[in-house]
Order: sequence, then C-alpha cells, then structure tokens
Amino acid sequence: MAETHVQTVPVKQINEPISSPWRDAWRILRKNKMAILGFCIILFFVLLAILAPFITPYEYDKGELVDKNLPPSAEHWFGTDYNGRDVFTRVIYGAQISLRVGLFAVIGSIVAGTFLGLLAGYYGKWIDTLISRLFDIMLAFPSILLAIAIVAILGPSLENALLAIAIVNVPTYGRLVRSRVLSLKEEEYVMAARAIGSKHSHIIVQHILPNSLAPIIVTGTLGIATAIIEAAALGFLGLGAQAPQPEWGLMLSDSRQYIQKAPWTVIFPGLSIMLTVLGFNLIGDGLRDALDPRMKN
Amino acid sequence: MSQPVLEIENLQTHFFTDRGQIPAVDGVTITVNKGEVLGIVGESGCGKSVTSLSVMKLVPNPPGKIVGGSIKFKGEDLVLASEKRMREIRGNEIAMIFQEPMTSLNPVYTIGDQIGEAIRLHMKVGKKEALGRAVEMLKKVGIPRAEGIVREYPHQLSGGMRQRVMIAMAMACNPELLIADEPTTALDVTIQAQILDLMRHVNKESGTAILLITHDLGVVAEMCHRVVVMYAGNVVEEGDVRTILKEPKHPYTIGLLNSLPKLEVSQERLYSIPGNVPIPGSIQMGCRFSPRCEQADDKCRTQMPELKTVGANHRARCWMT
Repeated sequence: MAETHVQTVPVKQINEPISSPWRDAWRILRKNKMAILGFCIILFFVLLAILAPFITPYEYDKGELVDKNLPPSAEHWFGTDYNGRDVFTRVIYGAQISLRVGLFAVIGSIVAGTFLGLLAGYYGKWIDTLISRLFDIMLAFPSILLAIAIVAILGPSLENALLAIAIVNVPTYGRLVRSRVLSLKEEEYVMAARAIGSKHSHIIVQHILPNSLAPIIVTGTLGIATAIIEAAALGFLGLGAQAPQPEWGLMLSDSRQYIQKAPWTVIFPGLSIMLTVLGFNLIGDGLRDALDPRMKN
Repeated sequence: MSQPVLEIENLQTHFFTDRGQIPAVDGVTITVNKGEVLGIVGESGCGKSVTSLSVMKLVPNPPGKIVGGSIKFKGEDLVLASEKRMREIRGNEIAMIFQEPMTSLNPVYTIGDQIGEAIRLHMKVGKKEALGRAVEMLKKVGIPRAEGIVREYPHQLSGGMRQRVMIAMAMACNPELLIADEPTTALDVTIQAQILDLMRHVNKESGTAILLITHDLGVVAEMCHRVVVMYAGNVVEEGDVRTILKEPKHPYTIGLLNSLPKLEVSQERLYSIPGNVPIPGSIQMGCRFSPRCEQADDKCRTQMPELKTVGANHRARCWMT
C-alpha cells in the first residue's frame, strides 16, 4: 500500500501548476482576510466610479436651490448640499477623480523614482551624489508644502495638483529603489550575469529591476492612499480641483460652513476618503506580507 | 598538451582603499595549457579569487584595479581588451562558475530562461532554439527530466542541482576555458564528488581547460594535472600534481599537506600552520611566509626569494631549496 502511494507522488507533482514567485505571492495574499477586504472596498469604489452615470439620475454639477441642504432621503441617499446638488452623485463622481489622481500620481512617481534610483544605485559615483542630494533637498521640505509651492507656480488645477503630488513623492521611490539596487548589485547572480557577457543595461533591466519590483509595488499601493489624501488636502486648500468638480477634498472645504446644519455634506465625502485610504492601506499591508521573502516557507 | 590557452604574466591587481593601496595579487605568473585542469590552492585571502576575477576583468572597480602585468588568452592581452571585447569573451570563450550555487541564479527567472540567456547572448538563435539547447545542456550535466526543470525556478532545486545548472550555463557556448571558483565548497561531500566527476567529464569530453580554485587539497589530488600554490598574492610553488603532493618543497605547501588528516596515523590534534594569512602589503621585506615559517632565518626575513626551478616542471619560491 505504502509503495503504490510513493509511486503516485511524482506524477502528481508534474501535473501541478508551476509555482512562480508571483503565483506564490498571490497564494499568500488570497489567504489574507484583511487584504481581501481592502480589495473589496477598492473594487466597490472602482465600480461606483465607472458606473456613476448609470447609478445616479442626477448630475454632479447641477442642483435645484429649493432643494438645498436636504437631509438623506429616498430621493437623495446622502442628502443635498448648499447648492441643492445630490451628495451621493457627487461622492461617486468624486471617486473617479480621487482614484485617477491616486493612481496616476503614484505611477508618475514610480516611473521617475525608479529610473533615478536605478541610475544612482547602479552607477554610483557622481551620478549617485547628484541624484541623492536632489532627493535630500526635496525631502527637507514637508511634502504638502512642496506640493503647494509647485501648484502655486503652475496654477491651481486638478492636473497640476496631480503633477505636484507625483513630483513630491519621487524621492520616496528613488531612495527605495536605490537602496534595493545597492544590495542587489552585490548578488552573485549579477556577477554571474556579467560572467556570461551581459551588458550593464541588460543587467539593470533583466536582473535588478525585476528583483526590485516587490518593494516598489508595496510602497506604491500604500502611496496611492497618501496621494489621495494629498489631493484632497490640496483640493481643500483650493489648490487642486476647482468648483464645480466633485473632488472630495473640495467638497469638504465647500461644505464646512454648513457642518452643523447639514453634516451629511461633510460626513459622506470624508467617509469616502477614509474608506479608499483604508482599502489601499489594507492591500498594501497584505502585499507586503505576501511579497516578503522571509514569509516564504 | 603544452599549448597554452591562458598566460598570466606578472599580474598585479591592487585595491585602492582608505587605508591605502592593497596589493591583493602581486606579480602572479600562471599558465594554463589546452585541455588541462590547473588547480590554484591557498588559504582564504591569498589572492586566488582576485586572480580569477582579473582574468574575467570582473574585479569590482573601484576599489580594485589591474595595475600591471598581462593576461594573454590565446595570445590576446585581456588587460588591454575593451569592455565590448570582454563581453564577447565572457561566457563564450571563458566561462565562470561560482562558489555559491544558491545565490548565483536569479530567483525571478526559470532555469531555461537563464541558460537561454547565456546562449542567446553569444549565438544567433531564437528563444525556442535557445530553450532546446538549454534542455540539451541540462541532459549533458546529468539532470533528470530536463524538459521539466527548464520551466522551474531556482528555489525549487537543491544546491547540487543548481551547481549542475551553473555548469550547464557555463558550458552552453563551448568555452575554451572554464574558471571554477571553489565550485564545491558550499556543497556536501557526496554532491561534491558528483560535481567533480561532472567537471572531469566536461574536461575530457569537450577538451575545455579548467582553472580550478580551491582550498581543498583532496579536490586538487582528484582533479588537477598541475597545481599552483598561492600565498599572500604570490605564487609560492607550482608543479605537477604528483610532485607537489609527494615532494613539496615550499614550507607553506608542506604545512598545508601536514594539516590534512591522515588515515594511517591516529592524531590527537591536526597540525596547523601557526598564525594567519597576512593582510596583503603588510609584509614589506623578505619572504612573505617568513613570519609563519618554522625554518625562517635572517635572509628569509630580509630578502624576497625568486620562483626558481627545483625539479622537472617544479618551481618553488624559497631560499631553503
């Protein structure tokens, strides 16, 4: 009985799907309940954002003044604001803006930061000094202050706020990638790659970049949350999205005079910011656990 | 047999550090003949690895730099060769395998991808052909179910399997010289024997010359035709493997051999050479081994001996011979 069992094992192994580092990470991530919750929250907001025109009968920038500051009801789920606009409609259109800003700002920071970090880490010498000092200078300013300065120069708009957030966060990714590269370039497989005659550019793209991806993805996911908060903060200060855009931060700022009369105009956008940020943070934490090499069995 | 593939002459590789210039390799002359297995032995820190990395021109720079001498590979001086030319040579004509098979493979690529990379760098073949050749190479190095292994990742293989993969990768382009830097140090004894068998097979089969770096005299005895003993950045003795093992002339070689456990004699404690390998460059005068040598006299402490012929194909750097 035992012998027949032993014989079946290798056959089984061959039929198993091949495990790759990404598939392993996915397997660990799937078991993480909090990360799945995060995924659900974000998926929920993504669906709301995409399907916004089909979900709500109202338009985000038009309201009847007679209907202003109505409390939540069957017609207006989240009530109406001081202009009589439906808050629910504005919140779900706002999801489009916030998710887009978060995603594109982070992608921008990652692309620029990774490029600079790879250069600084791999080539070292004066290139490293130049790039690292630039990062140090940028990090010497509080990030929101730097973003405000950039928007002040470019002029207040949603696009400029996105650009400002992207620029401000470049050093975070740059430093992360640089430190990763510094340790990776000492790895024996990098030496082995050189020993088979690979070019530097080939080694950077084929060997160092893929091995740096895990921390970039984790920090990037958490970074989307930060970028959303920063966008809301700039919106609140009047430096980001401009009225009548339904940006969450801008909605908070617009409605704060009515916080006692019509608290729903503030609560729901605030709650949305909190939930999306929470969602991205949960996914980020889950990814960190899943991609951490020390967690591998 | 006597046609040289690699002639290292008076090679000097120095490291430039905050504490000054450190001559890790200081005037090394080594010749590797066609189809030969040449062993380089010595303790840690005597310049073996730096010599081999110098041949590949892979000494980390900064801080390392080849400051003198020549490395002639089939008559071409590699010291003067451009980086572009070196890339053509590396992996194609001179291949290298490293000590740590666990870390010499990139964890994010499959075995097939990595062997394929070496093949595609030097041969004009497509991805599919490269993979086919990878399978063929894996079979050659004795890996069972090679077709399955090419789709697996390094972490799924054992140390011995990975070292076989490294050898397959190194041999993929039929190099004329294989540099093996302590290829079996990280493996357990039975696997060591298998890997050594494989390397001997590779040497016989394809006539690839092997420069084998090791600190294990047992490995030398089993594998090598000739041996070079290095100490503190110098060659102190060289000769045929039999001569070196049977009639060592240099006190350092004698010390190394005495440090081996012997089957026929029961010993309380193993012999060991007193002291440590000096920091390169710290001994300015005389024979570098003199502070640890039991026979050293005033002459040894003040004058550096030359490498001189002491027998047929046998040279040693010692005043006493």
